[in-house]
This record gives sequence, structure tokens and C-alpha cells, in this order.
Amino acid sequence: MPLDVLIVDDSAAIRKILHRVLVQAEIPLGKVFEASDGVEALEKLKVEKVGLILSDINMPNMDGIEFLGRLKADDAFKSVPIVMVTTEGSQAKVLQALQLGAVGYVRKPFTAEQIKEKLAGII
Amino acid sequence: MSERISSEEISATVRSAVEGVFSAMLQLPLEVLPSHEEAEEAESFDGVVALVGIAGSWSGTGRIACSPHFACRLAGALLMQPYEAVDEEVLDAVAEVANMIIGNVKTSFEEKLGPLGLSIPTVIFGRNYRTHSAGIPNWTVIPFNSEGDAWHISFCLIPTKMQGHQAPRPDAVHVS
Repeated sequence: MPLDVLIVDDSAAIRKILHRVLVQAEIPLGKVFEASDGVEALEKLKVEKVGLILSDINMPNMDGIEFLGRLKADDAFKSVPIVMVTTEGSQAKVLQALQLGAVGYVRKPFTAEQIKEKLAGII
Repeated sequence: MSERISSEEISATVRSAVEGVFSAMLQLPLEVLPSHEEAEEAESFDGVVALVGIAGSWSGTGRIACSPHFACRLAGALLMQPYEAVDEEVLDAVAEVANMIIGNVKTSFEEKLGPLGLSIPTVIFGRNYRTHSAGIPNWTVIPFNSEGDAWHISFCLIPTKMQGHQAPRPDAVHVS
């Protein structure tokens, strides 16, 4: 079954790169949706069902940690796996994201192989 | 907690972060040139500047300055498509490169200084302008050359309650 994915990042460049990596990743990819912050992502999830979310942390309006917390507090979305893809590398933030329910954490800069390996362990 | 970070330490950390970003995501040639310290930028600048702020018990700013031509090369390498002129995509790409480099520098310094915050990047493109950060006594300037394109990163980080100085505020832009 094709996997629909939501990419959440305030950088259009990173959204474009992650989209390209997903296409190359040899996974049964369905639709790829994009949002530029947590607020837009939550709005998108009201109308689109996805099977995977890749999210940045440092974003305006609503950061990735708050977005992750809201997602995991909502019965409708708490089972959707979310991988943080972010420049934020402090141990405290990594731990916070994993405790809130993120299934993976990829530091920027990343290679396509690192993203593919992370997804292979999740999908 | 250390009360001083040397210019050499800043240079080494910035170089390491730049090399990480260039090898993982850009694959552009990179020649590292000798760094130096300088006070406020005296010369007006033409081109692209991306600024990322750091806040916490220590605060500062990292800024990448490059020509429009190199900004297009950076964006082209990151997004794997050619750019002939600076547009929104190019500015976004330069901002993201700055975010990754300065973000990794911040993470490295957190081991020594404790938790620090990172601002959303700001990118400026224009002619004949200067940037100014209040309260910053000195910048460490780390120049690079990428096959004929000279560009540099300026970085400063000082204790937020540094005696005799205010904590740095986001850069102001002066257009002459």
C-alpha cells in the first residue's frame, strides 16, 4: 500500500531535498504533502491522512517539539510515526523528542543514505 | 562554565561545521583560508548575507557573506539544479546552509556552555549595505574559497551578561 508522507520544515529547500530522497528511497511512496510549520502541519492533517511525518524542530509559529506533543496527545494521530530531521542536536532536545514519541532523529546536514537507512528501520 | 572562547576555538568549530555541511550535502570544493579577528565591518557589502542568532547564557551571531554568483552555486549544489540569478529559492537555500552550519557550531559549543537557542535564519540580498550587531566587540572571520568564489563566515559569541557590554541584539542593516 502506498505510503503518504508529510514533510514539515520552514525551509523550502529542505522540503524539496527530503521529497527527492523519498522518491529515491525505493519505498512504496504515495502522496507527499508539505507544511512550513507545526500550525500548517496540524491543519494539513485535518484533511489528509499520512503514514509518516518528517519534521524539523526550529520553526516559526509552532516548533517541532510542540507539534510532536500535540500530535501524540491526539488519538487520531498518535500512531503516526514521526522522524525529526533537524539541525537541533542538543542531547536535551533529542531526549525530549524521543520521550514525546518520535521514532527517529536525523541531524542536519544529512546524506540521502542516512535518511533511507532511518526509514528502512521504520517502514 | 568557561568564561572565554578563543578565536582559534571558534575558527576550528566553524571550519568543522562547514566541512560537514559541504561533504554531506553540497559536494563543492572548499579551501579553508587563515582566519582573523576584526571589529565592526567597515566596508559596505554587495551580495548575500545570511544571519543566525544564538541566545542563552552566551549569545552571538553567525553570518555567511557571499557573492550572488556563489549564492547561486550553493543553491544549485544543494537542490541539484542550476540557478542563474538570486531568487527566493536561492535565498532560502543560503539561509538553510547558514542554519545548518551555525546550528552545528551551536551544538558543539553547548557541550561547554550549556543549552543555547538558535534563531530562525534571516537572509539579506542587496547592494551597498552594512550589517551591525549591538554589543559585539569582535568578530572572528573565517574565509573560504570555493574554486574562485571567495566567501566568509563571521562569528561572535560572548557571555550574555558580559561586563561593560550589552548582549548582542539581532543585526541591524544600514544601507548607504
